[in-house]
Amino acid sequence: MNETTNQPDEKKERIPAMQSLLDNPFLLLFIGVAMPTVFYLMWGIMEIVTIPVAP
Amino acid sequence: MAQFRTCPDTGLYFHKSAESLIKANAVVGAVFLLVAGILALLVTLTRWQAIHLLPADQFYMALTAHGIDALIFWIIFFEMAVLYVASSVLLRCRLATPYWGWVQFALMMVGSVMTNVAIFQGGSSVMMTSYVPMQAAPHFYLGLILFAVGALIGCFVFFGTLVVAKDEKTYEGSVPLVTFGAITAAIIAVFTIASGAIILVPTFLWSIGYISHIDAEMYRIIWWGLGHSSQQINVAAHVSIWYLIAGLVFGARPMSEKVSRAAFLLYIFFLQLASAHHILVDPGVSSEWKVFNTSYAMYLAVLASMIHGLTVPGSIEVAQRAKGLTNGMFEWLRKAPWDNPVFSGMFISLITFGFIGGITGVVMGTEQINLIIHNTIYVPAHFHATVVTGTTLAFMAITYFLIPVLFRRQMILPGLAKIQPYLFGGGMSILILFMLGAGTMGVSRRHWDMDFTGAALGFDYPGIAYTMMGIGAFGGVIGVLGGAAFLLVTVGSLLFGKKLEPSAGLLQSFGVPLAASCYSSTKPEILPMAPPLEHHDTTSFEAPGTFVLALLLLVSFVVYYFINWKYLASVWPLS
Repeated sequence: MNETTNQPDEKKERIPAMQSLLDNPFLLLFIGVAMPTVFYLMWGIMEIVTIPVAP
Repeated sequence: MAQFRTCPDTGLYFHKSAESLIKANAVVGAVFLLVAGILALLVTLTRWQAIHLLPADQFYMALTAHGIDALIFWIIFFEMAVLYVASSVLLRCRLATPYWGWVQFALMMVGSVMTNVAIFQGGSSVMMTSYVPMQAAPHFYLGLILFAVGALIGCFVFFGTLVVAKDEKTYEGSVPLVTFGAITAAIIAVFTIASGAIILVPTFLWSIGYISHIDAEMYRIIWWGLGHSSQQINVAAHVSIWYLIAGLVFGARPMSEKVSRAAFLLYIFFLQLASAHHILVDPGVSSEWKVFNTSYAMYLAVLASMIHGLTVPGSIEVAQRAKGLTNGMFEWLRKAPWDNPVFSGMFISLITFGFIGGITGVVMGTEQINLIIHNTIYVPAHFHATVVTGTTLAFMAITYFLIPVLFRRQMILPGLAKIQPYLFGGGMSILILFMLGAGTMGVSRRHWDMDFTGAALGFDYPGIAYTMMGIGAFGGVIGVLGGAAFLLVTVGSLLFGKKLEPSAGLLQSFGVPLAASCYSSTKPEILPMAPPLEHHDTTSFEAPGTFVLALLLLVSFVVYYFINWKYLASVWPLS
């Protein structure tokens, strides 16, 4: 009975976006892997790959 | 049906399978710490030019094994234990897929032994970095790959346990801050291991002749995604342990959970980009790449460390003041339990990590002043401050807590345990500070012989550089003694400590479960959400002593930063 009466209150309570992010370990995992992959690895590798080969 | 044991002293719940895995990983980690410590002594006594213990070939072999055993094997085995504690124990839930947990352990064991065998066979003295075109034996790389796969499995067992806890509603609200810190460590670990796979798999294929060439610069960039990020796992893990110890010893709660979580989020976003500071003097990559990854992104990660460095002692101060220790600025700190190695180890870890590791890390991450010290012995000085007095000392401190709680043994030699953090932290700090000085004078990072005997292009270091290396090595010997004291107390306690539970025998110290009667199938109580913090008077500082410490750190940083820029100007010379 209690559960059913509590449900509308729970629905009303909006979880802030930041809280949702912090509570989602798999989204954090995605961001935590994507950031260094793009900015450190891929960017760095592209710079090495585009170095002209000595004649 | 999952079985749990309740610790009668702390009320912590241990899932039977998780408990065995935590013990097994921690004990094997300690074995690698022992090996690394012995090798550290040999390396230190060789770099002390007056003693110059080992011949060149043995020195490079010992240095390779020391780096890998200390920086990778000891720490990551222990971190596996930390991940299982932070998930299963703190969230009061069963460990997801214990079978895969044992696969993690087995792969890491096989890998670490294989790599050590390769090194001690003598054909793989390529240092931890193993830069190509230097080539090690194939099983050197294969061992590292197996170890990395094992660690990756451990990370996913950890993530799986988070899912179990959420699914079975074992906690209310969000995960505790310590678990959130462990999530941060596991995320960084996944990137680290992926980088390792990207570069070590082709390098292994190159070592068996399947690939003809590995580009040296490409190797360096990708390898440092592994090499430096693996140390960032440590940062997230030991900061989590700081919070844990503050809670355990003082009942302290973070000054602001939101701020502390945001700081961990900054780690997730930016900490791994700091790997770029190893490439700051390399040709081939642009200044844009270097400056973004170090001078911008890295500073945001440094900001996160400064937040943790403020909130951890701040939370202790608030807790101490609430107990009535309100006299003056530092009564809370003066009357802290300095004879409790759990606290003293943690606090020395915090101070040395912040004041020495943090400040020197920013200096190294600045492209211009990095030029003064790049590839000098300043670099190992920096990472000994972060990983040895920072991470290792924090891990030692929490081990003192775990011996009675997890292993159910009373600690032996309590007098030695009391002084151990000072011995280890003090000795290592001497080593670090004098290596920083010698590095600023240009003493090379890894060269066996400071005299460059017989070299075609020799170099004479000033006499003071030799003195600094000698004093530093003396500190290193004290640090090794401190490490030996830790192993004596902890391993001795597992073997000879009074049993706090009759079935806690020798095998139980290494992972065999306690007697069946210790466990029950009753589900642990749900971890309640912590009550909101009491409203504090916002017109005054809650933690004025910590604020003064933070200002001291800031002043130290500004002065040291200025000195380095001034030194750079005199080196070039521009003024």
